[in-house]
Amino acid sequence: MVTDKMVDYPQFLNLMNKEWLVNHKVSEDKKLELRLGPPGEALDYNRNTTHGTKRAFQHTAETRTGEKEWPVDTTKNQCQKISCIEKIGDKVNLPPTPWSSGSTIYSAFSKDTKEEPQHSKASFFQNLPVSKKLAGMAEDFKQPCSPRMAVGEVQFADGKACCSLATADPDASTNITSNKRIEYSPVVGWPPIRSFRKNIASNSLSKPASESSNDKDTGGKPENPKTQLFVKINMEGIPIGRKVNLSAYNSYEELSLAIDDLFSGLLAAQRDPSATQNESKAKESAKAEAGPLAGSGEYTLIYEDDEGDRILVGDVPWNMFVSTAKRLHVLKSSELSTLQICSNEKEKAPFDPAVHI
Amino acid sequence: MAEQMSDDEGQQSPPSDLDFTSNKARTCIVTGSVSGHTEFQSPYPDQVLENVLENVLHFLTSRRDRNTASLVCKSWYRVEALTRSELFIGNCYAVSPARATARFTRVRALHLKGRPRFADFNLMPHGWGAHFNPWVLAFAKACPWLEKVYLKRMSVTDDDLATLAESFLGFKELVLFCCDGFGTSGLANFVSKCRQLKVLDLIESEVSDDETDWILCFPEGESHLESLIFDCVECPINFEALERLVARSPSLKKLRLNRYVSIGQLYRLMVQAPQLTHLGTGSFSPSEIAGQGDQEPDYVTSFAACKSLVCLSGFREIIPDYLPAIYPICANLTSLNFSYANITAEQLKPIISNCHKLQVFWVLDSICDEGLQAVAATCKELRELRVFPVDAREDSDGPVSEVGFQAISEGCRKLQSILYFCQRMTNAAVIAMSRNCPDLVVFRLCIMGRHRPDHVTGEPMDDGFGAIVMNCKKLTRLAVSGLLTDKAFDYIGRYGKLVRTLSVAFAGDSDMALKYVLEGCPQLQKLEIRDSPFGDAALCSGLHHYYNMRFLWMSSCRLTHQGCQQIAHAMPRLVVEVIRSADEEEMDVCDQTLYMYRSLEGPRNDAPKFVTIL
Repeated sequence: MVTDKMVDYPQFLNLMNKEWLVNHKVSEDKKLELRLGPPGEALDYNRNTTHGTKRAFQHTAETRTGEKEWPVDTTKNQCQKISCIEKIGDKVNLPPTPWSSGSTIYSAFSKDTKEEPQHSKASFFQNLPVSKKLAGMAEDFKQPCSPRMAVGEVQFADGKACCSLATADPDASTNITSNKRIEYSPVVGWPPIRSFRKNIASNSLSKPASESSNDKDTGGKPENPKTQLFVKINMEGIPIGRKVNLSAYNSYEELSLAIDDLFSGLLAAQRDPSATQNESKAKESAKAEAGPLAGSGEYTLIYEDDEGDRILVGDVPWNMFVSTAKRLHVLKSSELSTLQICSNEKEKAPFDPAVHI
Repeated sequence: MAEQMSDDEGQQSPPSDLDFTSNKARTCIVTGSVSGHTEFQSPYPDQVLENVLENVLHFLTSRRDRNTASLVCKSWYRVEALTRSELFIGNCYAVSPARATARFTRVRALHLKGRPRFADFNLMPHGWGAHFNPWVLAFAKACPWLEKVYLKRMSVTDDDLATLAESFLGFKELVLFCCDGFGTSGLANFVSKCRQLKVLDLIESEVSDDETDWILCFPEGESHLESLIFDCVECPINFEALERLVARSPSLKKLRLNRYVSIGQLYRLMVQAPQLTHLGTGSFSPSEIAGQGDQEPDYVTSFAACKSLVCLSGFREIIPDYLPAIYPICANLTSLNFSYANITAEQLKPIISNCHKLQVFWVLDSICDEGLQAVAATCKELRELRVFPVDAREDSDGPVSEVGFQAISEGCRKLQSILYFCQRMTNAAVIAMSRNCPDLVVFRLCIMGRHRPDHVTGEPMDDGFGAIVMNCKKLTRLAVSGLLTDKAFDYIGRYGKLVRTLSVAFAGDSDMALKYVLEGCPQLQKLEIRDSPFGDAALCSGLHHYYNMRFLWMSSCRLTHQGCQQIAHAMPRLVVEVIRSADEEEMDVCDQTLYMYRSLEGPRNDAPKFVTIL
């Protein structure tokens, strides 16, 4: 089944580790080895990265101030005192299981052929209350990856691909809590990198994060170059496009928020024409529904460069993007398979609309 | 209870009979060898000795030597206090400004450290403390000849900057490292009033954008500036004003620009200041978005003209096409910071292959193992290497591994300091480094995935770190990571006799680990631990040592309130702080942070609500 899905998105096969593919099929029959879940809890698992490194995870607890903001309501449903230590061996994964919305989801692990010395560590973590967190990747992209689309989820490292494959289920955006697969929950302050050193991959240098929520105040916008770069932007399914001034923004994040704003009203009108009586209410409900568009996973942002090629937004440094983008398209993620997509060199730069730690 | 003198802090309970020093004696000391004083009285025999001593002690610069000298006798204590010109205080809460200014009356330079290092990683809520304000006020009154202030991890307000500028005529140097609390308006006020300013270094600090043009506020006329570092300032600056400032600063040697300075603007500055020794290049990309209408300046020439350039950094938004511009100076470089430059091995190689003199190299792991191999092949003089992750997440792809690590150890035998972020490592590589690089003083290895074992053998990383402490006899700073059992800490306790700073995260099995360290490392000064299974029993095993330490940090361990209370009761000169996450009232102590430090002053009075002092 997963294989079928993979066929549907052939272009992403290139991005996958071939080895993973093989192993995936092989390990489909393997049992899940679960750790330390309280009885009766549904546990989910994750697949590994493309490097067969062994590792163990620890789930941790509370959301502290300054931690990334999850686009998901993490306080409901959980606070399970589960701790799972996941160790992922060279082999990977297991077929996805649909999640029930009430379940707490923790990483499980694939059975590893090598020994697992971490067992003894499990007890230490049991005391820590755990709340559900999104996988770091999904969090970066603010796009939920439904377990049904586990295929896309595999490329943890290749974030863009992952997010593009996010669920076609329109309800997924609202059902985010349960549909998120959790690979591990990122811990505050780990790895120990100061905030201004992060975000280098996308080169969208966000301001140094302060622990308070004042980060809007600091490091504001740089002065904009004199030129105004209006480019057309079309959203799939909406006949009327907009124009957006690229030079008014300084990062992918700002751009995606702006695009949100641009289309939310139009989207609402389209979804529920009867609700347009109260315009502002429609806008609000549209916003609520669509999440932040960038985060819902339903849509993917593509641009056309000066050679006419369509490229996924987020690969290159912001400045370079602005200088080469001629048009923008917002496409439904499920429709991507029908497009000719050429992705850039395998950059590790994630699409970056989200807040970073 | 004898309070031992710390290595780092020049504090000691002043003897209560300090006042007995007569005014006469004081006067004689103050005037030193200047004779002809009209009120000269026949000196006590001690006076001569003290005069001599004063002249001699002027030459003593190391603070540790001075601390030792001050313990000899009261007379030496007095004279040392009068002759100390640089005051270093490693924990601003260990001693009060009043006490410091009372003892050291003729201080010219003040070096203060505030927050603990883990605060940099969001492990401490905002507003914890470390305010510069009481210090600046105290020194403004007592030591108006203060010229230099160096602050690390402190909160400095715009008012404090104003006080600095107004109270200290002839103020010369301000260095703010990892500080916050001030903005461009405070800077503007500061620079406009400090006419003698030579050094303004803002490093990794948070500067709020008050939309004030602070560069314009530098006074007109020739400037004494020797160093202007503002690469952390995240707001645009007035370039024309900067250009004029550089043009009228003939002594300027160090200039580090922020990312709002384009490469074209950099060119113009370099033309004005070919005498620079330290340069931070700003964005290193063009500002024009549309293609170049004008001709590109000849960047290579501008770099070639800077014959004294030895330290290069910046590259904040690098367009690698411009990298070849720096070829002319590579051969002279002793320090190169590419830690914001997302470049590949191929882009690095032509540069690094010319950097034969390089001693300090900071880089991103985007250069992969291959890039590190290139470094190892050329940089035989390398002393310090830092490899930062482009993608700082736990399970991102790891472009660097034990391969690059081992290559460095084989090529750079003189390595003294390493900070290495990676996703996987092997004991073999770490052991190899311990053998190849015996001069290591600082060893910080961060395997980003928690609890990761040796990825080849599956074993814990105990043996690797054990080899480091065993073979690197000069090691004073150690940061561990990966899967570690108590055995690793046993090694550290047994062999890490010179270790002063130890950072532990997600490591160890039991209290024994912490015990090994507390009982085995006599030089331990700074211990920071997070998310490790150490409890009250372990905490109690260090009672004999806590007065010798600057601080202990333990967060998300297994401590209980009672345990912390016990310590607080047992050690009255220790300030035991329990820090909650700011917005949660009820938390298990497990989730709270213990931060404790020795202090002469008792509990501080500026603690915020989320801090409980036991």
